[in-house]
Amino acid sequence: MKKVYSNAAEALDGLLHDGMFIAAGGFGLCGIPELLLDAIKDAGTKDLTFASNNAGVDDFGIGILLQTKQVKKMISSYVGENAEFMRQYLSKELELEFNPQGTLAERMRAGGAGIPGFFTKTGVGTVIAEGKFEKQFPTGPDGAMEDYIMEEGMFADLAIVKAWKADETGNLVFRKTARNFNAPAATCGKVCVVEVEEIVPTGSLDPDAIHLPGIYVHRIIQGTHEKRIEQRTTRPAA
Amino acid sequence: MWDRNQMAARAAQELQDGWYVNLGIGIPTLVSNYIPEGVEVTLQSENGMLGMGPFPVEGTEDADLINAGKQTITELPQTAYFDSAQSFAMIRGGKIAMAILGAMEVAENGDLANWMIPNKLVKGMGGAMDLVAGVGRVVVVMDHANKHGVSKVLKECTLPLTGKAVVDRIITNLGVLDVVEGGLKIVETADGVTEDELRAATEATIVG
Repeated sequence: MKKVYSNAAEALDGLLHDGMFIAAGGFGLCGIPELLLDAIKDAGTKDLTFASNNAGVDDFGIGILLQTKQVKKMISSYVGENAEFMRQYLSKELELEFNPQGTLAERMRAGGAGIPGFFTKTGVGTVIAEGKFEKQFPTGPDGAMEDYIMEEGMFADLAIVKAWKADETGNLVFRKTARNFNAPAATCGKVCVVEVEEIVPTGSLDPDAIHLPGIYVHRIIQGTHEKRIEQRTTRPAA
Repeated sequence: MWDRNQMAARAAQELQDGWYVNLGIGIPTLVSNYIPEGVEVTLQSENGMLGMGPFPVEGTEDADLINAGKQTITELPQTAYFDSAQSFAMIRGGKIAMAILGAMEVAENGDLANWMIPNKLVKGMGGAMDLVAGVGRVVVVMDHANKHGVSKVLKECTLPLTGKAVVDRIITNLGVLDVVEGGLKIVETADGVTEDELRAATEATIVG
């Protein structure tokens, strides 16, 4: 079965529909599936729900889909870098569900692993716990009972992911901190489309050094990435 | 009274050899400049890295290598990368010895508020809720009062909580306080600050 497609629009053909739920990789602007986001913008798909740690900036990342009003709801842990997001949220044009960052990552991982719910200490005693099932476990010192809340695994219609390299069977290698949410997001989609900087011949990646096996990957494209830097910080040369 | 750098230097004294530590954004980030000699700590960045190095020399920035504050950084010989699920597995799993975080408010029972001001500031909690729920020890570094001169060290937090009864120690420009049974205990005062001045500037109950 051929997984390699020639461009983002072709790789998304037949997968997009209004009102769908998409899990996206990336942290800030690092390791975001920028080509696939562009293609979703061009496709004009509406009323999207995105699970993504951040919402990009005004003119890059998911921000471009906010500009075109294609997003109905965001599930994120931090959205502070996006003025248009703030405007749409405060005017109630956009729904927002805050998830603690680790809970968001684990919801994706759990969904991909067939686990519909799990217990975590994160958010106990905060607004995040409101309305959630609570249970105690003997995890404290000397077996003391501690409070946990139940969080649900995430099952997305589509996962869009950015990796560094793929082979033709979809085995993926990420690069440095651009791995972030890409691996867990990839696993929680019914279909996973991946954009990479380089597709290499099958057999040329070290099987012991593959970060995500191709079983999770359905379609792959290679392209040129802008890879914008959000906060360029440097030190003087010694 | 301590300035930002003196607060960071004092917070660095909390570090112990061999610890894996997570530093928050703001003053906590400065702590890495004051790690005591002979103390080896490994800094975790919750976007997926252990062994965080300094900022890159200009011209060597790498878009694929950032910290949790989205700043460009560098790697070290011991650096390891991993995904976000793995990153928070080690945080929730209690493998990180300490987190040093900023705060908007801290209460005398250790409640922490540092993620939102209702109807005003809607940015999100990022990884802060997971960190305070999971790491071994939580140290808060912040100014003792807000810009209107009102104590941020309170009997009860007024803002939405990041975590309930999670803070172990508070380091401010006026001194160091520990969360203990019944309230806060003064550990030390900043240069030129008396214990009476610290008490007067604190809304929370001070015991002992």
